Amino acid sequence: MAITLTETAAQRVEKFLAHRGKGIGLRLGVKTTGCSGMAYTLEFVDELLPEDTSFESHGVKVIVDPKSLVYIDGTELDFTKEGLNEGFKFNNPNVKDECGCGESFTV
Amino acid sequence: MALLQISEPGMSPAPHQHKLAVGIDLGTTNSLVATVKSGMSTVLHDEQGHALLPSVVRYLEDQVIVGHEAQAAQSADPINTIVSVKRFMGRALHDITDRAHIPYQFVENAASAGMLELSTRAGLKSPVEISADILKTLKLRAEKALGGELTGAVITVPAYFDDAQRQATKDAARLAGIHVLRLLNEPTAAAVAYGLDNAAEGVYVIYDLGGGTFDISILKLSQGVFEVLATNGDSALGGDDFDHRIYCWLIDQVRSKNADFQPLNEQDTRLLLTKARQAKEWLTDNHEANIVCKLSTGALVDETLSVAEFVRFTEHLVNKTLSPTRKAMRDAGLTIDDIKGVVLVGGATRMPHIRHAVQAHFQQEPLTNLDPDKVVALGAAIQANVLAGNRSGDDILLLDVTPLSLGLETMGGLVEKVIPRNSTLPIARAQDFTTYKDGQTAMAIHVVQGERELVSDCRSLARFELRGIPPMVAGAARIRVTFQVDADGLLSVSAREQASGVEAAITVKPSYGLHEDQITQMLKDSYGAAESDKQARMLREAVVDAQRLIEAIHVALAQAGDQLLSADERSLITQHIDTLTQLCAGTDHHAIHQASDALNHATEPFAARRMDASVQQALAGKNLDSLEL
Repeated sequence: MAITLTETAAQRVEKFLAHRGKGIGLRLGVKTTGCSGMAYTLEFVDELLPEDTSFESHGVKVIVDPKSLVYIDGTELDFTKEGLNEGFKFNNPNVKDECGCGESFTV
Repeated sequence: MALLQISEPGMSPAPHQHKLAVGIDLGTTNSLVATVKSGMSTVLHDEQGHALLPSVVRYLEDQVIVGHEAQAAQSADPINTIVSVKRFMGRALHDITDRAHIPYQFVENAASAGMLELSTRAGLKSPVEISADILKTLKLRAEKALGGELTGAVITVPAYFDDAQRQATKDAARLAGIHVLRLLNEPTAAAVAYGLDNAAEGVYVIYDLGGGTFDISILKLSQGVFEVLATNGDSALGGDDFDHRIYCWLIDQVRSKNADFQPLNEQDTRLLLTKARQAKEWLTDNHEANIVCKLSTGALVDETLSVAEFVRFTEHLVNKTLSPTRKAMRDAGLTIDDIKGVVLVGGATRMPHIRHAVQAHFQQEPLTNLDPDKVVALGAAIQANVLAGNRSGDDILLLDVTPLSLGLETMGGLVEKVIPRNSTLPIARAQDFTTYKDGQTAMAIHVVQGERELVSDCRSLARFELRGIPPMVAGAARIRVTFQVDADGLLSVSAREQASGVEAAITVKPSYGLHEDQITQMLKDSYGAAESDKQARMLREAVVDAQRLIEAIHVALAQAGDQLLSADERSLITQHIDTLTQLCAGTDHHAIHQASDALNHATEPFAARRMDASVQQALAGKNLDSLEL
């Protein structure tokens, strides 16, 4: 399994990284907080940790720590628009249930 | 599902705890809202894809329309369609000098503390309420675009805005339900947008030519801290003036070819002004512009304007921006060589000959890669993002300055400056004052703003009283007056009698403030009037000293005059007092000093006798041994 980005998402990530002027890639992860168990995190990466797993998708380096990987393996990260709002969206095959807002989930 | 943004390492928000912070450029002509998404400052658009929201509010009976739709109704419904409300923020009716050219029905409302109001179909509206309607529209747009409630906003104001105007802006935000993280000066926001806060230390110039106003600011960056060294500007110069020059040129052309040219009606005026603006924008990237339109009279306008011609008849406008620029440089005590970078702000700076003029003046290429219409909002968003706590470590601390000195009135109507002009904010300064009369138990504190020496030439901001001072002889009480200006430029003044600890304080929310023109005028006056101010100060000081002397002698005469003085001696002293009193009403401070000296001299024997008498009294009935000498 792996973590992938859609082409749109990859383009956005590249643009944000270029604007930021530093960083080696994008970190996807989960935190055990939130109204329904777990929550996604999405961060820039400046430093690769020894335990990290990294993937390459459309030229972007995607980095995940081992604890998070079990919850999000197989995820495709997309960038979409909903009305005036736009942002990244996790298409995670492991999810059984989400809270109404979709910010947290259970597996 | 909720859409996510990329955070800085380790700064991912917990679910439902996203801190949505925006920057708002509340402009005279247009307003914008921006936010930082995935580390990038971005302007937020409305459903039609517009970034700029025209700062126009139209009042219907039960509905408020803001933006493009309101702007379109401007000529059809001028009284209820308010444009450029920013010009009225924190103003009293008498501050608006060109009222004849403004279609609104102004009302002076005592209840709103001197600030003017406008009578519309929907009732009386204050500039604060009208601005709040603009802010509400931006807030709604931001919440739709960000998918949540706003944590707070940074709102930009011109560097020249005084206390009243800043307070009015804050009030408008509160009315719109926006938590103001901070008010930020527009030039500072522009510098932040260009990331100058991360750039090399040095001095930067922000050249801001908007639709109707020109502002020049000089910022100094040192150790990651921004400091506004000086500001200047012209509140009646902007891109609209360039449109107007093209419009005048057009009329001249049409008239020269058309002998029976009729004065234009309002619709045609508007049409030609629009054509003029389009031609100006076209000339940014092209050598010449064709202006073709048909007037309502049937007359056809078909003219070609070349860049060279356009530059020729607008050159004086460009030059007009350079004089405040020089003044600001002088105020900051800098030369061209000190300037590390120049930032252009405002749509009008797209005109190539403005860029050239700025480049020639500062002998370097200005920064232009961000959209000059958006740069202020983008910078405000970056600051909002930091203040909301979405970024770690590298906090920016932004410093601004006081536009005019702040001080208080002392005896004789003189101004004692406590915080000098161009002091960096926030600032607190304390100064000790004392009582003037024996047994004085209260002190009136009159807070003023301005550069002149006499209270009557400065702007009064507030008055309050410190009561409950314990009775002491004149000059014994120590009253510490503290002036404090917070990061938003709002002033609070407190007074405390040091011995008893009695205290009084006021937060200055002045009834109305000073116009940029007035500030400029006041500065100019203070330079021009330096000599006469000095004379006036010396005179007042002489008078105050003389009166204090007379007061002291009266007290002494009442206590011991009868015992210690002969009738002749007493009348001599009275004569001197009369002479001095008369001179005090005049303007010759030398004569007052001389008469004061003469009076002092005349009372010397009396003073000596009083001294003897009090020593005798102290010694009476005591023997030598009991005295501790």
